[in-house]
Amino acid sequence: MSHAERAVTRAHREEWARVVAAVTRRFGDLDLAEESAAEAFAVAVERWPADGVPPNPGAWLTTTANHKAIDRIRRESKRDEKQKEARVVHDDSPPEPLGVIDDDRLRLIFTCCHPALAVQARLALTLRMVGGLTVPEIARAFLVSENTVGQRITRAKAKVKAARIPYRVPSADDLPARVSGVLTVLFLVFNEGYLATGPDTDPVRQDLTAEAIRLTRLIRSLLPDDGEVAGLLALMLLIEARRPARVSAGGELVPLAEQDRGAWDAELIGEGHRLVRSRLAAAAAGVAPGRYQILAAINAVHTSARDIRDTDWSQVLALYDQLVRVDPSPMVALNRAIAVAELDGPEVALAAVDRLEPVLSGYHAYHVTRADLLRRLGRSRESRVAYDRAIELAGNTAETAYLTRRRDQLG
Amino acid sequence: MQYLVSVIDDKSNPGSTDRQPAISAFNERLIAEGHWVFAGGLADTDAATVVDNRGEQAVFSDGPFVESKEYLAGVWVWEAPDLDVALKLAAEASQVCDRKIEVRPFR
Repeated sequence: MSHAERAVTRAHREEWARVVAAVTRRFGDLDLAEESAAEAFAVAVERWPADGVPPNPGAWLTTTANHKAIDRIRRESKRDEKQKEARVVHDDSPPEPLGVIDDDRLRLIFTCCHPALAVQARLALTLRMVGGLTVPEIARAFLVSENTVGQRITRAKAKVKAARIPYRVPSADDLPARVSGVLTVLFLVFNEGYLATGPDTDPVRQDLTAEAIRLTRLIRSLLPDDGEVAGLLALMLLIEARRPARVSAGGELVPLAEQDRGAWDAELIGEGHRLVRSRLAAAAAGVAPGRYQILAAINAVHTSARDIRDTDWSQVLALYDQLVRVDPSPMVALNRAIAVAELDGPEVALAAVDRLEPVLSGYHAYHVTRADLLRRLGRSRESRVAYDRAIELAGNTAETAYLTRRRDQLG
Repeated sequence: MQYLVSVIDDKSNPGSTDRQPAISAFNERLIAEGHWVFAGGLADTDAATVVDNRGEQAVFSDGPFVESKEYLAGVWVWEAPDLDVALKLAAEASQVCDRKIEVRPFR
């Protein structure tokens, strides 16, 4: 790849959201912003190899996108609305200082993750407008057709326009609730990357985990004081750190207990631990931690142990007890039971897990946990049934391979 | 920007019947803050008649255009600068009316 090509790729990764956000702020139209940004990058692909990479690629791209937007409005206004042209002619807004531009990207994220949009639409719109992923990339990531993704994005943009969803950072009152919606979207992207579903995808989609981490870092740089943002970033880093040890050479999922801890990414763990420590300090000062911060702390305990036998399970259980108070969902209860098994034995844990049957029986993790507990209790026949059900429900190829081997090892 | 704000009641699980004073007070506020354009409660769906004159002659049929458990009990038209403002008011309206609220922009 030539120097100019590398520069375009890098600018696309780093500046796409900035360019889209800047055009959105000026013209208030997501469609126009996206098309103009895409055109600006197309011009860069053409010009940079010949003219050289501009000293400030972000500014160059924003200016080019703005010109493209004006061209587009002029073309359209010749056809219909004269009014739009008037707006363009009178627009002499000076270039914005950097702080405002960062604020622009934050506004863009909050617009794409507006609670009036369906979660799937928020996901697609955020990946497209903020992440700069193409429609085929998003379709591949979530195993839906390009047509579906295209429609979701088109409809979401149409709703933003028709219902006048504002391009704005929510007010202080609304901020915590709205940030949590943004974090949900980012965690969904991460989870799909970490445990990709579907028979034809890689079991781990590093492009998606990397994108989720990149966007969460962006949110953190924009909202450095938000504890849950820091918590989610720490959580992602600590999970991502284990990725190199998570799938065997044979394409089989390797559970935490059997992972080669030497293969974990020490740098990511270090960064994750530093973030968790800073949140612990805040908690000590009386700021109650939210769900992501507690999950990050649990992962910090796991990544602190040199060996699975070295794991401080009572600490893990104490954190799960704390998590249950914040998030009393059956999934949390299920994960808590795994820690219970380590401390009080598989029998006690199984009783707790069985109580979740009415709500979790359609969920593969429930059957995975039961299968493992029953195996440890020597109840092979029941364990086999649970593995069968887990295999049926699991969507991840590496996980299916692991579960199948486990089942076949039963006596 | 104008929004149609629909109050949705539920036949099998209707909202409280003592909300009129609170709704009146809420309306006063909508007027004072410049959001109020129009409002009206609707008679029961039994009182509705559907007219279809697309064919050779007009056909009148008894009842609402769609039979469902949930039905439209009243409407507002609000003026609001954007959806966030409308949604904030709608959240209050839902409490005041003890009913679900749909917010839909005019084209």
